[in-house]
Amino acid sequence: MGIKTHSFKKSLWLFHFGGASCNNCDIEILDCLTPRYDVERFGMKLVGSIRHADVLLVNGSINKKDKPRLEEIYNQAPKPIVVVAIGACGCTGGIFAEGNTFAGPVDKIIPVDVYIPGCPPKPEAILAGIVKLLNK
Amino acid sequence: MKELFYFLVYPGLLFAAVAGGLLSWFDRKITAWVQFRKGPPLLQPFYDFLKLLLVKETILPAKGSVILYLSAPVLSLFGATTACVLILLPVLNIQTGFSGDILVIFYLLNIPPLCYILGAMASGNPLASVGASREIKLILSYELTFILVLAAIILKADMKINLHEIITAQSENAFIGSISGVLLFIVSIFCVQAKLGLIPFDIAEAETEINHGSFIEYSGSAYAMIVLTKYIMLLTLPAFIGVLLLGGFNTSGVGIVYSILKILGVVLLLTLIRNTNPRVKIKQAMRFFFIWMNLLAIIAIVLIVFGF
Repeated sequence: MGIKTHSFKKSLWLFHFGGASCNNCDIEILDCLTPRYDVERFGMKLVGSIRHADVLLVNGSINKKDKPRLEEIYNQAPKPIVVVAIGACGCTGGIFAEGNTFAGPVDKIIPVDVYIPGCPPKPEAILAGIVKLLNK
Repeated sequence: MKELFYFLVYPGLLFAAVAGGLLSWFDRKITAWVQFRKGPPLLQPFYDFLKLLLVKETILPAKGSVILYLSAPVLSLFGATTACVLILLPVLNIQTGFSGDILVIFYLLNIPPLCYILGAMASGNPLASVGASREIKLILSYELTFILVLAAIILKADMKINLHEIITAQSENAFIGSISGVLLFIVSIFCVQAKLGLIPFDIAEAETEINHGSFIEYSGSAYAMIVLTKYIMLLTLPAFIGVLLLGGFNTSGVGIVYSILKILGVVLLLTLIRNTNPRVKIKQAMRFFFIWMNLLAIIAIVLIVFGF
């Protein structure tokens, strides 16, 4: 493993995109950053600007208003960027998949690297998904 | 040739980057302990820097001055490194060859914030310009206080304006051992806090409010330069306080341990202040420096004149 991939895997900075979410996934993502789960152990931290991000966390169902914004965010991100779809709505559309304003799921709009299903996924599940990504 | 070695390797760029990175890890680890977390691994600052430098793409602003945008981080790195070299050379008992270097260091320490302002203005982002205007106000408020501290120290060292002579003036007892020294130490800790942009005064960067403010558009290797400048400043400013007030650093034998403890102590103080305070508004920061810190510095100067 070269120094490039090693340092990239050791320092993933997260950017959080919440679609039309019910806020449960948002809360579980924030749980990962709290002292109990402490993702800074793996060198991850939440950044406020997409220009600094290495990981784009997308949760919630993507409706017609969200779609152009998600594409804009993805195009603004410096590559390489890892996209993680969190929750049932992010992965498949969940209970919103039949709705008439639904424009997703996420992988129809931007390429997704990791899917973390659950409604909402537990913080342990999110961490397990990230660790699987790191070991890939 | 020797000067190039001083600038690039020891005590310049390479040494300052490694030591500053370790100090940055110390800062994050202490923060984690204060919040009952485990914290990042030892090499985390270097992983961050290498990732930004080698892996990430650098995005240039479409509407903005690209040359200024890219040269601002490099210039800030030069400013911080030169200040670090000029501070650490007298500590290592190497004559820098000119008198009045304390004033040169004062101006060099101003270069990184000024470059952040230039870079933010050149990026053409509205949030970045909000951050830049806040940074300008912050500079205006802490610079007067900082120069009052320097004036007090020059007065205390019998009008010596050479860093080496200031260190030798403290060889018997350090300046912090007097009432005026303690006051000056308090004032300079807050000045350094504002210069580093740590939390009570991270108004210009305000992650949760204006999304990293001045640095919002920086990515990839340009941001790596800024991160490196921050590491170097985290070494330079505590070292400057150590030289001015804590009696310099002994670099022979067991003295090295005391020197490292001095720097770690100052950084620990900065970290604890940053973890126990909320961000202030720019108005409150200006009032804090203009009224209270200037008052303390002037009281210290009066005490020095009367010999305390």
